[in-house]
Formats: sequence, C-alpha cells, structure tokens
Amino acid sequence: MGLDVRAFLALTSAGFRRWSTYRQATAAAVFTNSVFGFLKTYVLLAVALGAGGAAVGYDGPMLVSFVWLGQGLIGVVMLWGWTDLADRVRTGDVVADLLRPVNPLWTYLAADLGRAGYATLTRFLIPVAVGLVYFDFFLPTRPASYALFTVSVALAVLVSFTFRYLVNLTAFWLLDVRGVMLLAQLMMGALSGLYLPIRFLPDWCENVLWYLTPFPSMLQAPLDIYVEYGGIGTQLAIVSGQLAWVVVGFTACGWLQRRAAWKLVIQGG
Amino acid sequence: MLSAYTRLLVAQIRSQTQYRLSFLADVVSTCLMSLLDIVAVLVLFRVTPALGGFSGRQVLVMAAMALLAFSLSDLLVGNVERLRFYIRTGLFDVVLLRPLSALGQLLVIDFAPRRTGRVVQALVILAVALFLVDIDWSVARVAILVVTPLAGSLIFASIFVAGATVAFWWVESGELANAFTYGGRDFTTYPVSVYSGWFRRLFAYGLGFAFVAYYPALFLLDVPDPLGAPIWLGWGTPVVALLAMTVAACVWRTGVRHYRSTGS
Amino acid sequence: MAIIEAEELRKEFVVWRKVGRLRRQRQVVSAVDGVSLRVEQGETLGYLGPNGAGKSTTLKMFTGVLAPSSGRLRVCGLEPVSRRVQLTRQIGVVFGQRSQLWWDLPLRDSFALLRHVFRIPQAEHAARLAQCRELLGLDEFLDTPVRQLSLGQRMRGELTAALLHGPRVLFLDEPTIGLDVVSKQAVRAFLTQLRDQGEVTVVLTTHDLADIERLCRRLVIIDHGRVVHDGSLEALHARYGSRRRVVVDLDAPWEQVPGLSGAVVEAVEAEGHRVTFSLAEGVTAGHVITQLAGYAALRDISIVEPDIEEVIARLYAASDDARSVASG
Repeated sequence: MGLDVRAFLALTSAGFRRWSTYRQATAAAVFTNSVFGFLKTYVLLAVALGAGGAAVGYDGPMLVSFVWLGQGLIGVVMLWGWTDLADRVRTGDVVADLLRPVNPLWTYLAADLGRAGYATLTRFLIPVAVGLVYFDFFLPTRPASYALFTVSVALAVLVSFTFRYLVNLTAFWLLDVRGVMLLAQLMMGALSGLYLPIRFLPDWCENVLWYLTPFPSMLQAPLDIYVEYGGIGTQLAIVSGQLAWVVVGFTACGWLQRRAAWKLVIQGG
Repeated sequence: MLSAYTRLLVAQIRSQTQYRLSFLADVVSTCLMSLLDIVAVLVLFRVTPALGGFSGRQVLVMAAMALLAFSLSDLLVGNVERLRFYIRTGLFDVVLLRPLSALGQLLVIDFAPRRTGRVVQALVILAVALFLVDIDWSVARVAILVVTPLAGSLIFASIFVAGATVAFWWVESGELANAFTYGGRDFTTYPVSVYSGWFRRLFAYGLGFAFVAYYPALFLLDVPDPLGAPIWLGWGTPVVALLAMTVAACVWRTGVRHYRSTGS
Repeated sequence: MAIIEAEELRKEFVVWRKVGRLRRQRQVVSAVDGVSLRVEQGETLGYLGPNGAGKSTTLKMFTGVLAPSSGRLRVCGLEPVSRRVQLTRQIGVVFGQRSQLWWDLPLRDSFALLRHVFRIPQAEHAARLAQCRELLGLDEFLDTPVRQLSLGQRMRGELTAALLHGPRVLFLDEPTIGLDVVSKQAVRAFLTQLRDQGEVTVVLTTHDLADIERLCRRLVIIDHGRVVHDGSLEALHARYGSRRRVVVDLDAPWEQVPGLSGAVVEAVEAEGHRVTFSLAEGVTAGHVITQLAGYAALRDISIVEPDIEEVIARLYAASDDARSVASG
C-alpha cells in the first residue's frame, strides 16, 4: 500500500485540524442536534409511559441515553453530507488521487478518522452533557460496557465510512450523484436506529436490518451496547456483527474502486 | 408583474428537469421522507397503546394535519433555505439587481415542483386519518379543517423565512434553522401534552406550533385538552399565523439591510 | 445633471479578529471611508484601486446591493437601497463573478426571460438585442447553454443582458479580467462605441490599465477607502511628474552634449550606444532630437509614453506614507 503508520497519522491529524476550522457549522450542528434530542426524548418517554414503564425492554433512562448518545454520534459516524470523493470525481481531480503511490481508500480513511476524532470532542460530548443535565440518564452497570461501547463506536465509524465511500464511488458512473446521495442519507437515517430504536419494528423487519444491512451497525449497535440491552453475550454478538460489516465494507470498496480506476484507464473518465 | 414570476418559475423547472436521474431520485426520496413521519407514528403505536393521553388514531389526525401544513409551506417557501448558498456565493447580488422583490425571487428561482407530490400524499393521509376516527361533522368543523392547514402552513412559512434570514448575520449557520423548521414539523406531529417544561412553552406557545395541528385537532375530535386549554383555541391558528408573518417580515427586512456582499 | 452623487459615503464592516487561541475581538473596518463623487450623464469613469481598496464595495452601494453606513447617495436621482426596484430599471450591472444569466438555459432564453423580468417592450428589446448581436458577435453561441460558454463568450452575454432594458448607467466590475485577447478586444471596442454614443454613463472598475487608457477620460483612484485622485490621466501624470522619454541608439558611444536643454539623461546602456532621456514638461520630442542630431549620428529613435502602472504604484506608496505618518 505504501502508506506507513506515520503518514497515516499525519493525514488523520490533518483531518482533525481541517474540521476544527468549521467552528460555526459545528456550533450550529450541536445546537440543532440538541433540540432534536429534546423532541425525541419527550416522545420516547411518553411511549414508555404509555407502554407501562418500558417499551420493548427499554425503560425511561435507557431511552434517554439512547436518544442523547444517538444525537451525539450523528456527527461522529457522520450519517450524511460527505461528498469529498464524489466532488473530486466530478471535477476530475480524482486522477491525482489515483496516481499517488498510496491507495486513496486509506488516505480518505485517515482523514475521516481525524474528522471523527474532532466530532467526538464537540458534536458528541456537548449534546451528551445536555442530556445528562436535563434528564435521568442511564449509566451502565458493567464496567466492560464502557470499553465495548468505545470499540463499537470505532467500528460504527468504519462501517459508515465504507458505506459513504461506496456511495461516493458511484460518481464514476453517474454524472450527478445528488439523488443517490439523498437516498443513501434517507436509508442511513431511517434504518440505523436514529429516528427510532429499530427494536420497535416487527421482528422480521428487525432481523432483516441486523443481518442483511449495515445500517444498524452504524448507530443502533453502540447504543444498544451502552444501554446494556441483553447480557454480555448479546453485546459481543453485536460487536462481531459490526466487525463482519467492516470486512464486507472494505472488500466492497476495494473491488468497486478497482473497477472505477479501470473505467478511468479504459474510457478516459 | 405576475408574468415575470411565472416565467422565472418555468425557466427554473426547465433547468431542473435537465438532470433527469437526479430529479427522479429526488422525487422518490422526498416522498419516502414524509411517509417516514407517518410510519414512525404507526411504529410507536405498535409499542404503546397511548401517547400523551391520546389514541393512535387521534395522534394520526394531528400528524396528518401537521404534515399537510408543513408540506404546503415546504412547497411554497421551503427553498428559502437556499438563501445561505446565495449569500455565500454572492449570487444574492444578482437577486437584488432585478426589479422584483428579493424574497419573491428566492422562492421562485429554486422552486421544486417535486414537492407537490408530498402535498398530495399528505392530503391522502389526512383523508384516511379522518376516516378512521369518529367526527361529528358540522359547518364549524369543516371550516376549521379547511382553514387550519392553510394558516398552519403560513406559520411554518414564517419560521422558514425567519430561520433562513439568520444567514444574513451568520453565513455558516448551516442546519441551525432546521431545529425550528424540521424540528417544528416533528413537534407538531405529536400532541403537545407529550412535552413539558420550558421546551413545551417555547415550541408550543413561543413559536406557536400548538396552533398548527394540536388545538384544531382537539376541536375536530371534540376532545378536551389534558392541559386544560379551552376548546375554542382551535380557531386561533389564523391569528397566530398573522402574528408570525409580521415578525418574519420584520426580521427579513432587517436582514436584507444587514447583507454584506462577500467577495472582492 | 449629475447621474451619481455621493457625499462622504462610508461603509463599515464588523469583523471578528482572532486574539489568542479562542478569544475573538470585535473590530470595525471601514471599507469605504468618506468617498465624495459626482458623475455627469454620458461620462465614462474608470474606478481604480488595489485589492481591498473598496472598489467593489462602492459599486455595490451605487447599485443598491449594500446599504451605506453613512453619507448621502443618489443614483439617477434615487436613494439606491430604499428605491432598489425602481433603480434596477435605470442601471445595468456586470459583476464578473456573479452571472445574471440562467446557467442551464441557452443564452437566447436568458435574454427572453430578462425581457419579462424588466418588462421591456418587445420592439425595444428586439432592437437592442439585434445591435448587441452584431457588435458583440453573439450569433455563434446564442443557442448554447450558458454553462458551456467560454468566459469571453459569457462576458459578451453578460454585457448584452445588462443593456437590454436600456439603462442610463452601466456599472462594470472587472469586465475584462481573465478574458482571452479576442474577447478583450471585442469588449473594449464595444465599450468604446458605447462611450462615443454618449447616451450611457459607464462606471468601470478594473485591474487592467489598458482598459483605462483606451476607455476612460476620467479616472478616480481610491486607496484604503478614500479617493486619492480624481481627474484625467494627463492630470495624474502631471501631478506625479511622470515624464515622456526619448530613447536613442547611437553609432558611436555617448558623450555629453554641451548645453542640451529640455531633457535629462536618465540611463546609458549598451556600452554607451543606447541613451534614455526624460523630457521636461512642455518640451517636445522633436526639440530634443534636433539638438542631438547636431552632435551625433542617430541610428534609431523611439518615444516612450509615461508608464501608468508606475505612476499608480507611486500614488499608492504616497498614500501609504501619508497614512503611516497620520497614524504613527
């Protein structure tokens, strides 16, 4: 690959610094995510109340943590809005990326990890603090849950990255990717557990999502691990599922990128 | 005067349809998006029999009325969100250099006809929702059913305009306005009794969202407010709309004077 | 009647300057700092200044895009911001970076749309369009979508778009920047003709001093938001003592000519075979050459006009000095 650890870290820190310059946008996002946090909390608490204290195994404090950690993680896993690669394909600058001795998949990944790091410090921590102050927040009973949550968030970033990368790669074949992007964002929002815990859905639907799509691995997975939905066995199963999606994701990205590069060489773009 | 706007509109539609695939994907995803709001309500009622003291069918009426008001305003003024793009690129200059109202042009030059689909969708959902509940129809109830979505859409429209105006002061305001526009849509989907504290006071009364669907729906369903508000508040929507529009117009006017054209 | 009247026009912006890592400090910056100007009907005015001097800001205030912070301003007798809609019918504007054309539509359709937007009578519209098509050579790309036009083609389209409603004043912000040689010529020739017809007042900002030399009889130079020169190009030269020069190539190396009047030796090059003289004010080149011809064999003679860039650079330097004296 030709990309050593030091270069990777340098790109990561560049990604961190780049995103730390978008101060106003970050502040606006934190504010908006927090407002939606209040909205969702009240609705889900009313659901739990109506259901007699707990809805499908989630009680009030669990739902509160589910909502606020979810609002914080939106920015970290970046469910929408990433078009860097597609933009470079459209302008033709991507040729320069492909000519470098390193695989662009790794350079973009490094930058994305830097971005996720910055988002963790701002877009994650602030809404979570708001949730902690205003509501009765669930705290895990097993110390291992914190560690598993951290691992799960990291895996969620990777799954989300590979999915976004794949969607961006379609720009090699489509002139205008806005439509595809919109559809992808819609799916990521609706099926990842952001709007509602996907365990609220009928069982067959929930199973299809967990086993056949990567979406729950991007958000629902770390949230369920944090609120200790099920025992440690369930938590480990969730993390293994995420790992599988990471492998599938990177394999798919590598394959599609080779096809894209091939297309560029044969057809001249 | 009308003809100038109409022609701008036709030109916009012609340019938009040049990107056919994107246009199609746009239509599909915007339709899915508003369906999702209703699906969310249905999913919640799989889990619970009641929400804030209301049954699933009653909440569906509120959600459908809110959706109709929102889709109407989104169709008419939703693209005012693009103001921050015009300000950032300096294209707002061009808008100011034409002998037409700046706000009028903004609404027309990015008009998205695909959003008509959502209005039709909302109408169908409202019809179904009304069919599922028992309503003792009277002239007053029919009148409120006709007036509310229109007045409610004006409340949303005012929020859209005022929210977009923030970009005159704060160009990178990004999704800030979404907290009140899309946030308002989510708020009005559920009964006000679900919320509490300062958050309820701000959204329900401060921004007037309780009048978009909640109070009118109570009037239609002839159900007393669990929070104790009188039933005639269902008629308040046009008054609140007028108030909201006045405030939005003032904010807009101040914003335009604050415009600092960027670039060399 | 004056078509533009500005008195003590000012525009201040609030900027937040970074102080340390997190703190920001509020600072008021004057982009335009008391500009007074009168432009008469039919004038062609060049508005000049270094980057950030406040050229575009002034133009945006003239056109009603920006509200002045203070001062009095009338364009075509109207107060630009409050009478914006009426004013737009009287002025035409070309801001290089902001296209008034419809990106995805053919040029022809943009022109048709503008007829409705400005409510231009059909016959008037047709006549002006026909004139522009001929003078600017629009016919070959009239049916091309604007996004596919070259910069030069687009600029010719923009000029037409700005003139279709028959404005009394035309404001041009950098009309020739980035254009190829052919388009530059076309734009200049067109503006020259417009100037000579004398019906439209033209105010243009530019970096390209060749534009000024060909087009503008009056020159307003601003620096740091203030007018530092207002007058003709000749007046500018006179004020900063810039001289015409005579360069002669000699058969034999140069030797001092006794009693040479009206010129001073500025440079001796090529081992004395090339000499540059600068002429005193009011002295003709002929007067100097006649004197020289009596002393040495002249192989070649050329006359060099004063260099406008040099004068303007000197002007900016002078205004910077004045500022540092004032503030220091």
